[in-house]
Amino acid sequence: MAKINLLHAINSALDIAMADNERTVCFGEDVGHFGGVFRATSGLQEKYGKARCFNSPLVEQGIIGFANGLAAQGSVAIAEIQFADYIFPAFDQIVNEAAKFRYRTGNEFNVGKLTIRTPYGGGIAGGLYHSQSPEAYFAHTPGLKVVIPRNPYQAKGLLLASIRDDNPVVFFEPKRLYRASVGEVPEEDYQLPLGKAEVVETGTDITLLAWGAQMEIIEKAAKMASNEGISCEVIDLRTILPWDIETISHSVMKTGRLLISQEAPLTAGFASEIAATIQSECFLHLESPIARVCGLDTPYPLALEKEYVSDHLKVYEAIKKTVNF
Amino acid sequence: MSTELYNDGPVVHQPTFIDGHSVEIPELRILDQDGTTYPNADLPDIDQTLATKIYKTLTFHRVFDERMVSSQRQGRLSFYMTALGEEATSVGGAAALKPQDMIMMQYREQGALMFRGFSLKNFMNQLFSNADDLGKGRQMPIHYGSKELNCMTVSSTLATQIPQATGYAYGQKLQGLDAVTICYFGEGAASEGDFHAGLNMAAVQEAPVIFFCRNNGYAISTPAEEQFRGNGIASRGVGYGIKTIRIDGNDILAVLKATQIARAYAVKESKPVLIEAMSYRLGAHSTSDDPSGYRTKEEEAKWQRHDPILRMKNWMLKQNWWDEAQETALLEKYREEVLAAVKVAEVIDKPHIDTMITDVYDVPSAQLQAQLDEVKAHVKKYPEAYPFTAGKF
Repeated sequence: MAKINLLHAINSALDIAMADNERTVCFGEDVGHFGGVFRATSGLQEKYGKARCFNSPLVEQGIIGFANGLAAQGSVAIAEIQFADYIFPAFDQIVNEAAKFRYRTGNEFNVGKLTIRTPYGGGIAGGLYHSQSPEAYFAHTPGLKVVIPRNPYQAKGLLLASIRDDNPVVFFEPKRLYRASVGEVPEEDYQLPLGKAEVVETGTDITLLAWGAQMEIIEKAAKMASNEGISCEVIDLRTILPWDIETISHSVMKTGRLLISQEAPLTAGFASEIAATIQSECFLHLESPIARVCGLDTPYPLALEKEYVSDHLKVYEAIKKTVNF
Repeated sequence: MSTELYNDGPVVHQPTFIDGHSVEIPELRILDQDGTTYPNADLPDIDQTLATKIYKTLTFHRVFDERMVSSQRQGRLSFYMTALGEEATSVGGAAALKPQDMIMMQYREQGALMFRGFSLKNFMNQLFSNADDLGKGRQMPIHYGSKELNCMTVSSTLATQIPQATGYAYGQKLQGLDAVTICYFGEGAASEGDFHAGLNMAAVQEAPVIFFCRNNGYAISTPAEEQFRGNGIASRGVGYGIKTIRIDGNDILAVLKATQIARAYAVKESKPVLIEAMSYRLGAHSTSDDPSGYRTKEEEAKWQRHDPILRMKNWMLKQNWWDEAQETALLEKYREEVLAAVKVAEVIDKPHIDTMITDVYDVPSAQLQAQLDEVKAHVKKYPEAYPFTAGKF
């Protein structure tokens, strides 16, 4: 075990995946010798050669189109999109192609060996185009898996599982935590299960649910609430699609209350999907309306970022309101 | 190094613009319509066996298209697309390849599948989306594909296969295989961003891919002059630094020759090639289209005279590799076979209801299973509303 940051954990997972299977290829903008603008692919070209870790031209639809072909051929394709904000030019290749590949070909072909890594989320003064959390767009797409880790240990284990999963995975990395989040990470190979939420803290009064960088926000709010005698059960969803309905409904049946918090805008965000499902699964157990603490339905602003984000104070207020309903 | 790149041409001191059409692009033509070859032409690598196989495939293609359009008109089939007038591009291209080469199609290249030996039964099962379809009845007619024959399944989204072909070819290169990927698309699809992405990445990443453009003059109703103003598609290949050739797409020998050379080059140099085959879409865009609304009968008649199958037949007759009696017998045989295959395929059951949720993922999720169970309970409750599936699970 060593204490490393989230970026090093990603780099370690990529290193293991490339050493483990010589058909693994990493590529994207500035991914090669430079090692990526965040240095996630640092040292990989030196170690595995230019043919397996390289810069692509600046064209997102090309990166994912190329990755689809490479994965269909049987290579393990790990594509990087520099910021999640710039994944939209590749939306067609992800939604119409990658997600539907196996289904439309009757399993004659598939792109199960595709993983798309991309930094997401706000809190870094990134303005409109370096702050977005687009997971809900992809959650509406059957055939994809969508995964978001919250710390270095999760990042390494979930990324290795995503790379080896036989389905195309969109892996969102919380860039605000790239260097800020440091923790114990095993040096060896390990995997964490996809499609499984994790109960981070047990509690009895209310279930708090989030994913990615938003986890530290709800954990902070849970501490504030516990000082007032409110016992929060804190859950990390980890996989957005397909999501772990069982763990969440099990918790809500116990606590009777649910608060979901996300960075992305409120309307049609993934919290809406969770709220609707849990309302249907746990109707007789709910003692208050399900609360959603989310970004505003605006583009992500620069100067008013602090006011915009769903911070721990907003979550704390929503906890009290829900418990006192 | 990058500054050298910009300065390796001549320098001028008066503004000098390059006209987009100043580069002349010749068109390779080997076979004349009367079946004679041009005296100084380089012939492709072809013998009587290969020529006969190509000619039979072309003939089968024509018969198949005619019969399937009739079936669609009779209401037996929901949709169909012919390749009338362009058969030489797909059949000739496939004939220049090795079986291990991957073929990626747009949708008007079923001739490549025919040449590779995709069975009549497989064609019919796909067209009638029945339980025996390799694609499990999920896609519209003519969206064929076969892992066994190295033919990537067609999808409706135009040009998406272009960067995919680059990635596929790059994978073949990484493995050190003696294999290339050929990627077909029309001149309309070449306007999509994925065309730019695929060609540029192939040049930069040095992928052994053959980009094969069928320039047939129309994208549905849009004529080529409303699609681009440059010198066709070929001029763009030059801009990407890709070895490029323009050929007469109705000349089977030119298609074969260019593709044979392209394959050898792509494998040896591990670099892409662009082939622009000039042709004409003699038929409607699809059975949902009527071209009389946007082009004249005179124009169509002019191109009838350039029929690629007739051109090859004239050549075969001159070679004494074919005669009229063989022609008549073959046409009759194919017509009977296709009609018989329609009758078999159209009465095969629809796919089982369980296939609705398989292959979304490698394994169906619990949520998907629950959704299927709900639909099944519903079908059981209203069997008369769901005749294909009721009572069959």
